[in-house]
Order: sequence, then C-alpha cells, then structure tokens
Amino acid sequence: MSYVRSKFRHPALPKNDLGYTVDYYEGTLSTLCAGCGHDSISAAIAEACFQLNIEPHKVAKLSGIGCSSKTPAYFLNNSHGFNSVHGRMPSVATGANLANRDLIYLGVSGDGDTASIGMGQFVHVVRRNLNMVYIVMNNGCYGLTKGQDSATADHGSKNKSGHINLFESIDLASLAIELGATFVAQSFSGDKDQLIPLIKAGMSHPGFAFINVISPCVTFNNNVGSTKSYDYVREHMESTATFDFVPLAREIKTKYEEGSVENLTLHDGSVIQLHKIAKDWNPLDRISAMNAVGNARANSEILTGLLYLHPNSQDLHDLIETTDKPLNSLTEAELCPGSEKLKEINDGFR
Amino acid sequence: MLNEKMSEIKINDFVVRFANVNGTGSASANGLFTKAIFRMGIPVTPKNIFPSNIQGLPTWYEVRISEKGYLGRREGVDLMVCVNPQSMLKDVQSVKKGGYFLYDSSKPLHAQFIRDDINYLGIPLMELSNNAYSDARQRQLFKNIIYVGALAALFEIEFNVLEDQLGEQFKGKEKLIEPNIKALKMGVDYVRENFEYPLPIRLERRDLIGDQILIGGNTACALGAIYGGATVAAWYPITPSTSVVDYFTKYAEQLRIDKETGKKNFAILQAEDELAAIGMVLGANWNGARSFTATSGPRRSLMNEFLGLAQFSEITTVLIDVQRTGPSTGMPTRTQQSDILLAAYASHGDTKHVLLFPASPRECFQMTAMSFDLAEKLQTPVILMTDLDLGMNDHVSKPLTWNDDRKYDRGKVLNAEALENLERFGRYLDVDGDGIPYRTIPATHETKGAFVTRGSSRDEYAAYTEDSAVYQRNMDRLARKFATAKKLVPAPKFFQESNTSENGVIFFGTSTYAAKEAVELLRAENIVLDAMRPKAFPFGQEFEDFVASHEKVFVIEQNRDAQFKSLMMIELGTNPEKLVSVLNYDGMPITADFIFNRIKSNLS
Repeated sequence: MSYVRSKFRHPALPKNDLGYTVDYYEGTLSTLCAGCGHDSISAAIAEACFQLNIEPHKVAKLSGIGCSSKTPAYFLNNSHGFNSVHGRMPSVATGANLANRDLIYLGVSGDGDTASIGMGQFVHVVRRNLNMVYIVMNNGCYGLTKGQDSATADHGSKNKSGHINLFESIDLASLAIELGATFVAQSFSGDKDQLIPLIKAGMSHPGFAFINVISPCVTFNNNVGSTKSYDYVREHMESTATFDFVPLAREIKTKYEEGSVENLTLHDGSVIQLHKIAKDWNPLDRISAMNAVGNARANSEILTGLLYLHPNSQDLHDLIETTDKPLNSLTEAELCPGSEKLKEINDGFR
Repeated sequence: MLNEKMSEIKINDFVVRFANVNGTGSASANGLFTKAIFRMGIPVTPKNIFPSNIQGLPTWYEVRISEKGYLGRREGVDLMVCVNPQSMLKDVQSVKKGGYFLYDSSKPLHAQFIRDDINYLGIPLMELSNNAYSDARQRQLFKNIIYVGALAALFEIEFNVLEDQLGEQFKGKEKLIEPNIKALKMGVDYVRENFEYPLPIRLERRDLIGDQILIGGNTACALGAIYGGATVAAWYPITPSTSVVDYFTKYAEQLRIDKETGKKNFAILQAEDELAAIGMVLGANWNGARSFTATSGPRRSLMNEFLGLAQFSEITTVLIDVQRTGPSTGMPTRTQQSDILLAAYASHGDTKHVLLFPASPRECFQMTAMSFDLAEKLQTPVILMTDLDLGMNDHVSKPLTWNDDRKYDRGKVLNAEALENLERFGRYLDVDGDGIPYRTIPATHETKGAFVTRGSSRDEYAAYTEDSAVYQRNMDRLARKFATAKKLVPAPKFFQESNTSENGVIFFGTSTYAAKEAVELLRAENIVLDAMRPKAFPFGQEFEDFVASHEKVFVIEQNRDAQFKSLMMIELGTNPEKLVSVLNYDGMPITADFIFNRIKSNLS
C-alpha cells in the first residue's frame, strides 16, 4: 500500500468543460490493500464525474461500514461524505435526498453492508426509487474482519482458508430487478471501459441506479476455488453489450455496425448507446432482463453491462410530490404558518 | 332502583368512568361528554384506558371534573357508565361507596352485580336504540349517544352546549345532526321519567377555562414541528407515538402546500422500520433540512445505534419519545416514564443526550419547536420525553402561541461567504471554547467546507485518526459541549419564590398534574414542601442548588427503578440517602392520593 501520493501531474493533463483535471476528482490516499478492486472502482467514479463535468460539491457520497464503505474518502475530495453505520446507508441517503433533491447522491456499499445487515434497507430504497447511484463493491467476503463468507459468496465457492460456502448466495442484480429498480447494471472492477460509462449513465438516470461491481478481495478471496477472484471473473464474464454513454447535447461519435446498435434515451435526453451481444435480451423488459441474468448464472457466467432500464422512471420526489425547491432551502416564510393561523387552530380546540 | 343517595351535594367535583367495548364508536360519544363540560367553563381531564386491540375488548374512559382545577387522575369512581358486560364485575366493584352505576337494563342485572352500598341507574339503552333506529351500526352508535343524553339530565349538562357541538361535528353532513339529537333526548327523557334528577354530584357553569384549549400532546408536538420548521418526517407506526406523525401529516397538508404549484413543502416517509426512520432523520438534518421522528417502546431501543452516531458525529436530530409501559412490549397502551436512562445514555460508549420533559400540550408545542433550534445550536440529538398520557389524552392547556418575530436559530453554520473568508475549515475545531464546532451543509461552497462525516474517530479537520491524544481531545470537547447544553436548555420551574422547607419535591412530565395537587393537599395538613419541576437534562446549576439546599428531596416518577433519581445520583453525585422516591409504575397515570400518602407517611 502506498502512503504518500506524488503531487506531480502531467502539465498536459486534459481538462473537462469546467476546466478541471481528473485529479480534482480524486480523494485522499486509499488505505485499502494494494490491488484491491475497490480502488479501481474509486478511480472509475472519479473518472466518470470528470467526464460528466460534474461539480464535485454538488455530489453527496454516502456509505455504510466495511472496506467498500471506506472508499468515499478516496474519491471526490470536494464532495461532502457520510460514512454512516453498518447497513444503513440507504436510509441516510434517503433523508439526505429528501432534504435536497438537487444534488447527485452516490452510495457506496459492500456485499456485507448490503446483502446481510443492510438487506432490509436496500430492499426498501429500491422500492422507493430514490434518485441515487448505488454501487456495491462485491467481493463475496468480509475483508475488514478477515475474510468470512458474505451472503453473496457463491454456493460451493472456496475461500482462502479452504472453507467451502454451504449456503445459497444472494444475487443482488436479480434482486434489484425483481424489486423494481429502474436502472440495474453489473460490472467488474477490472473493466474500466465498461464501468465508467455505466457509472455515468447511472448518474444521469432519474431514479435508483444500481450497479453491482464484482471487486476481488486480493487478500482474502482471490484464490483458486473462489468465484470472486480476478482470474475467475475474467474467465466467466459475459457482457450484455458494449456501449457508450452519451450525455445530453453531445454528438454521438462512436460507430457500430449498422443494425446492431440500440439507443436508449434517458429522461434528460442523454443516450445510452448499446452494442448488443446477449441474445434474447431486451434491456427495457424486466422479465427479459431477469431471464438473461438467471440464464447466465445457470451457466456459471457473470452477465455484465447494463441489464435493465426503466425508461419512464419517476423518483421518490415525483411520487410524493415534494416541491421543486430543495426542502433545505425553504425559510420561515414558507415553513411557519404564523401566529394568526395558530389562533385559528386554538379555536378548533375550544 | 335508587337505594341510597349520596348525602352531600358535590358541584363540579367527581369522577365518571365509562366502560365500553372498543371499536363501537364510544370514543366519539365520550368526547362529546368531556367537551360539553369543558365548554361549561369547568376544568375536566379525560383519560383513555384502552386495550392493545382494535375491536371487541374492554376499554375505559375516565373523566375527572375538578372545580379546583386539579387535572391529574383521582382514585375512585363516583359514577360508572357500564355498557360492557365483559368487564361488569370489575366495574361494579370499582364504584365508590355511595356512588352510581349506570347500566344497560335491556336485560336484567344478575345478582352478582348487585352491591347494597351503591346506587343503580338502569336505562334500557339497547332497547331504546333498537326501537328508534333500524340500521345495525346506527343502533350501536346511538346507544352511546343515549347515555350521554342521560348523563346530561343527571349532571345538568346544558343541552344547547351538546347541540352546538353536534352542529360543529357534523358540519357538511347535516342530516346526521337530527338523529343524534333524537338520541340525546331519549336519554334525557328516560332520566326525567324514571329517576330523581339531577344527582347530588352535578355540574354548574363556571368561568374557569378562560382562553384555554382542550388538546392532546401528540397534536401539540405535531404543530410544534410544523411551526419549528420541520420539513422531513420519517417514522414507523407504533402506539402511542403514531398520532404525532398522523397530525403532522394532517397539518402539513393544510399549511405547507406551495400555493403556486400545489406541491408539498414537506416530505413524510413511512420507513421500513425505526432503524431506517432515524437514519433518514440523520441524513436530512445532515443535509440541512429540519427533520424529526417520533417513536415509543421497543422501537425506541432500535434507534440507539444511530443516536450514538448522531451524538458523536454531531448531527442535529430531533426525536419525540412518547413513552409507554415497558420493558419489551410491556403494556403498549399504558403510560410510563421509563425510558429516561435509555434516552440519557442511548448507545454504546461514552454517550449522553439532551432531554426535554414537557408537562402539558402547550409545552409539547413549545418544546418541539424549540428542540429544532436547540439541536441545531448544539449539533446533537434532542429527545423530547413525553408519554402516552400526555400524548394521547386531551388536556386542558393554555393556548399555543407563536411570536412572528422569531427566527429559526440554525446554530453555527458557515455559509459560502464565511467559508470564502476562512483560511482552513476545521469541522471539529472548538473555535469559541464552548465545545460547539462550526458545520457546513453540503454544496455550500465549490472548494471549501467539504468533509466526510463519520462515526469513527477523527481529528479537528475531520480526518480519520487512531491517535489516542486526538481521540481524547475530541471526547473532552464533546463533554465541554454537553456542559454548554446546561445553559441552553430550559431552566426548571420553581413553585415558590424562595425555599421555605427543609424538604423538597421534584416531579416532571405528566406527574406534574398529580404532584401539584398532592403538594396542596399536604400543605392543608401543614406539610410544606418546596417544589421543582425540571424541564430538561443535563441538569443546570439551579437544579443542583435546589437539591443541595434541602435535607430530604422526594423524587416523583412513573417507573419502577427510580430512573430519574439514578440520573441525579450519576450526574450530580447526590447522596442517595437524601433522595426519597415516590414511584408509580402500574401503567396508569399517577394520582395525587398516591403521592400524598407516600410523602405523608414518610414524613410522619
């Protein structure tokens, strides 16, 4: 693990439309193990925000507890972060989002934090279609407490100490689709080309964007017999499609063979340009998406890429009809009904 | 069959208890009775004694009428209205000697219910109702109204007061007024034709209410949250706190709709559980919106982890704890003051919280509104310690008032300009020496003020640390902040200009009603006590001085383990030998008789 970061930056480092270079989107130095998949995801988040020209202070990054939940310190130094309690990031994110609908909410969690202690909150934040990106850095084990199996460890997989997992695993992507998530994707920490556009698309999606990222634990779960190791994932990855994310008002430049490209237009006009590989899969059809994930699992494959997208997502604020102004910006004039009204109310109790 | 009349005429001083079956519409009829007495200018206190059940079990409604303005419960029933055969034996037994037992005489009363020392008022309620109404539901509902009519004749309730109430109640559904009045009159007529009336216990119009209102504490808390500027409420239903958010919803939908768009200037979310509810409250407050939750009993326990986080990471939180009878599920629909230690020290590690103890609906309103300011000033959770009795029962209360010049005090929040002028922002720096640091709300400034909020140890600049000295420095600052809280919380109320006795008495919350009465009863017997009603924890200097200046201090509370006394011993090091507990923990609101007897026997 590194303990100092070089401050040297190439003078010709490209700038985005806001005039920032990518290092403006970085965080403090990671304290995770060298080679941890999570660090690659942190880098992908920074890169996605850089490419999307996001103002970092307009992002709120939230997490629970665990290795993955430490990462919000390692990207977007100019964003407020909230490293909350184990399994409860969804509720904190919900409250934060209710307070100010104008920010981008990025939740980072792990497989323990989401699929075990946090399962209840995960399920309900999905149902409410909270406008956020929810990334699970999924390594199938508990890193911080030295490698115990998590609920996403595959049945029959072997961890570093030779222990075989006896229990069924929870497939978070299938679950998210089942529960009504409006954007579901799956990726691999080692596949930056796929992960960055997925994060960008998720951030542009007006609703709950779930990205399950297989992120190998180099210390406790990167051994032969593990189904969450670098080697295993690389061998068993199967993409739904290769694709680009095209933000609103950008010219579509990528060229694909005619007939194989499908454009999915998001609410704000941004476009996800899919080059489909998976057969019999319709990303706009929940059942089709669930089948595609399920079939891949049955073949011991990990289906990655965008899995499902609801094109007409209505987020929590739309559903409960909150005002367009952020609630945290309302003042006494809008909030306090005043003494005359209170007199009327008193009269009702006489 | 009037056997024996009460010899003495008692005006505006008696207790009526209604024994009903829950889910039969009795609440509305009983409320009509109470409100009529209130409108006749007479102090009145109703208590619901209801089961943890929706339909079919015994439920009681007890009304104390007190010309002297005693608003606590009083033991002994002067007149029992019994329309529930399930509980009849117990109900007969609970009538005071010489008292009255009003029952449904549609069927003859079995011998086991006959006492020779009470008076029976048999009215064929079911028969009268069945003859007058054809619809089954109406027959049940109007049976209740008939007994209210009977009571109106027996106690001399002014009939036009009842009529006015029905007119208001059924505004817009006027065709319901006439059958209700018909039912009232049936009751009146039956009494006039069959009994000597009025009874020696009766009512007379007075002007003792003034501008006061009759309102429940949960309603007042909800209004306090509206006026205090709460925009985000997250909750999970549990008796007896549910109606706090029900009323918040009701008033928000009336008072917080944006005029132009019709959209809501609030967000209310029923969470999946209390773990989520309190998490949402933290998230919203962290992001600069005033947010609260209300809960009770077992669900209060669930919130401890987040309360610890809020205290340690210094996030504003407002929690309304409507206490009920514990432990565990306990008696869900009975009252108690038994969450005190749980609240004061909620969560693991060295954690302490600011508590407020409202004693009336007016204080529920004021303290809920105040708690948002207090929590933001202190950047910590503030827990409002109300209870089922205060929350779910109506109380005669001074009206709710609001000063339109009042501005919300958001505490030490740095805006963009302040951040711009700051060389380096230190989230946990004790700049002012009061232990309270400056905070920032997300998205305030492009490059300054961002930090990671965390429950783990951090330095003054919010960076994670495991340095012992830095950790300890932070813990010491939090202790300093808690000491600052002593000066910011409301001071105790004293009931005397200066101390005159070597004995003092401390009471808080809903014990106040009965305790005030008991102090007066004791004084009538030349037992003089100095009295103090604390309104908050941590205890300030005045509290300490009161305890120090008395040889013996009675501490009245509604729990078994003398939790408030323990808090005094822990926090002030008070010698336990000078503290005498008066403890009521049967789930019923404490009575003046109980307090009077305990203190009197101790002092004599």
